[in-house]
Amino acid sequence: MKCSQSLKYTDAQQSQQAAVSIMDIKASERKEPLIRIVKRNELSRTQVLALRLSSAVMAVAAGGLFILMLGFNPFMIYASIVSGAFRSSVALQATIKIMIPLLISSLGVSLAFKMKFWNIGAEGQIIAGAIFASYFALYHGLWPRQALIPAMLAAGIVGGGIWGLIPAIFKNKFNTNETLFTLMLNYIALNLIVFLRDGPWADPESGGFPKIARFVPNVQLPKLFGVQIGWIFALALAVFLHVYMKRSKHGYEISVVGESASTAEYAGMNVRWIVLRTMFLSGGICGAAGMIQAAGSDYTLAQSVAGGVGFTAIIVAWLADLSPLGIFIVSFLFSVLSKGCSVMQSTYGISTYSSNVLQGVILFFVLGCEFFIRHRFALRAPEGEAH
Amino acid sequence: MDYFLSFIAAVILAGTPILFGTVGEIINEKAGNLNLGVEGMMALGACAGFMAGYLLGNPALAIAASFLAGAAGALIYAVLTVTFMANQTVVGLTLTIFGVGFSNFTGEYMLTHSANNTLKIPENVMRALGGLNIQGLSALPIAGKILFSYNIFVYLGIAVAIIAGYYLKRTKIGLSVRAIGENPAAADAAGIKVAPLKYLNIVVGGGICGIGGAYASIITCGGVWMSNSVNGLGWIAVALVIFASWNPIKAILGSYVFGAFSILKYYVPKSYIPAPNAFYDMLPFLVTALILVIASIRDSKENSQPAGCGINYFREER
Repeated sequence: MKCSQSLKYTDAQQSQQAAVSIMDIKASERKEPLIRIVKRNELSRTQVLALRLSSAVMAVAAGGLFILMLGFNPFMIYASIVSGAFRSSVALQATIKIMIPLLISSLGVSLAFKMKFWNIGAEGQIIAGAIFASYFALYHGLWPRQALIPAMLAAGIVGGGIWGLIPAIFKNKFNTNETLFTLMLNYIALNLIVFLRDGPWADPESGGFPKIARFVPNVQLPKLFGVQIGWIFALALAVFLHVYMKRSKHGYEISVVGESASTAEYAGMNVRWIVLRTMFLSGGICGAAGMIQAAGSDYTLAQSVAGGVGFTAIIVAWLADLSPLGIFIVSFLFSVLSKGCSVMQSTYGISTYSSNVLQGVILFFVLGCEFFIRHRFALRAPEGEAH
Repeated sequence: MDYFLSFIAAVILAGTPILFGTVGEIINEKAGNLNLGVEGMMALGACAGFMAGYLLGNPALAIAASFLAGAAGALIYAVLTVTFMANQTVVGLTLTIFGVGFSNFTGEYMLTHSANNTLKIPENVMRALGGLNIQGLSALPIAGKILFSYNIFVYLGIAVAIIAGYYLKRTKIGLSVRAIGENPAAADAAGIKVAPLKYLNIVVGGGICGIGGAYASIITCGGVWMSNSVNGLGWIAVALVIFASWNPIKAILGSYVFGAFSILKYYVPKSYIPAPNAFYDMLPFLVTALILVIASIRDSKENSQPAGCGINYFREER
């Protein structure tokens, strides 16, 4: 008995020694990497701003490199992009027209993102809102305007809201992955338009061409300063959301749930209800964007009513750090780029797809530079120095 | 019978590009990266594959070019998400915008510089990439048509899926990859090199997506350049990853199911089932959404997304 015990003891000792020697070898073999990433001390606001600006400059320079490769003068092209977006009141109006749905839906997704609910279903929510609103446009187009337009806006919000609620309900109940679920809902909504276009809502006067009838003038949103009144809604919404997120109890609850759902639970918040409420609002805002695009710009329910805006909105909201003012600025820059590039086709014969390429190159740079706000690279300390 | 046979053949042809995209994305997601740039990487592959076939006149180089282009797109994604820890969703969507834009842009650029405003891949390349014709086998009554009559992408796709399945399930490195996808901190503590393996998986996965794109631009469009040839296949592939429950082997069958969905509208007579075309186009996404919900109700760990998917790993923040 005694013997076996002592035997065990030496066994344990031996294996311990062996382990130590292995660790020795490992430590000497696995040096600290030459370059490693470390967290950086909190930067001041001005430093962050300076870093953001310099990243934007570098991004534009990288885009310029792309233009140079095509054999054009980057300064000339950039100048013509800017002038293409601003050169006349008509051009400026067109730029703002592009900006309206982008600004509204970016504001919409920012709510969900603040809650760390990865809603990438803005595209579908825009479409759902447009579909719901189009019902009133097509079947009750002759209602008095004071009743019709609010009804359409409400329908748009409800439609988008429902499309946002569905993933929230399943997330609450079964913890269904919302990123993938909202992605699927985008395409379900898109095909709903095709279904309506080919079937129940097909325009009988289109002569076989698949489309939904043009809205009667009574439905079309009025213009103010040459641009459809959606821009007033968008601006008001930005101000409202700024107050809502910064000053209201709801906004506070959203950011607590975003930081930690269990903290929110512990503090006595009804997390499930907050998720449902916020997703309805987030989807509803995107739905309003759909209504405004259909009734204010397209004057019909087109298959391209969202046209990728829902995806771009995610990028915009993220780049703007989810702040309404930032979203306003970033969505404006995006709209300038996309309007300006449409001029390049006519002026230089450069395909309009160049706008997507340029957008991509610039975004890659900006996204990469974000890293330096919170982190920095550190070189390995020279040999002999303790770490 | 003939009708049914040609349906089977069409199903397999329609499913093949999706299979490449899906296998590529599974390899990505298993390493913990939800890459929403599949559509973009496929578009890059479509463009590079087509242009290599058109300019170099060599089928093997066309496939290689599409792989490299997809991998190059994925490399941008890997640098930004793995090293620079940028948000995966945002980078993925940007990659899609960039990839589709770059592909169409290059296509139009080549078109305006072409002799007669069309780009056509030389006959010999199309023949090499076209339907198989094995002496004796391809002429067999039924099996010949179902098994031995396809273009080489079909067989390549199945081979890639099987290899990917073996790699993830049976090899040591595959085990490490799966560990990274589930819990990168634990994998790192166990001595697995997280960042290099993530890079490897993302880049190779992107390359496989790129080959799927070449199928769309070369085979589906019959050797004539068309803009937007990928046209949403990448998103269907993202859906199929869920349908196949992150298993490349299941993705083979799954891609044919999704391929069937995409062509059913041409084969099911409207007099039997009066379903609108949009319903068939919606089916892949509807079924995927259902599967997503069912899998979450059953809370099965095996048939769900890797736990670390979508979250970047920063080793000093464990």
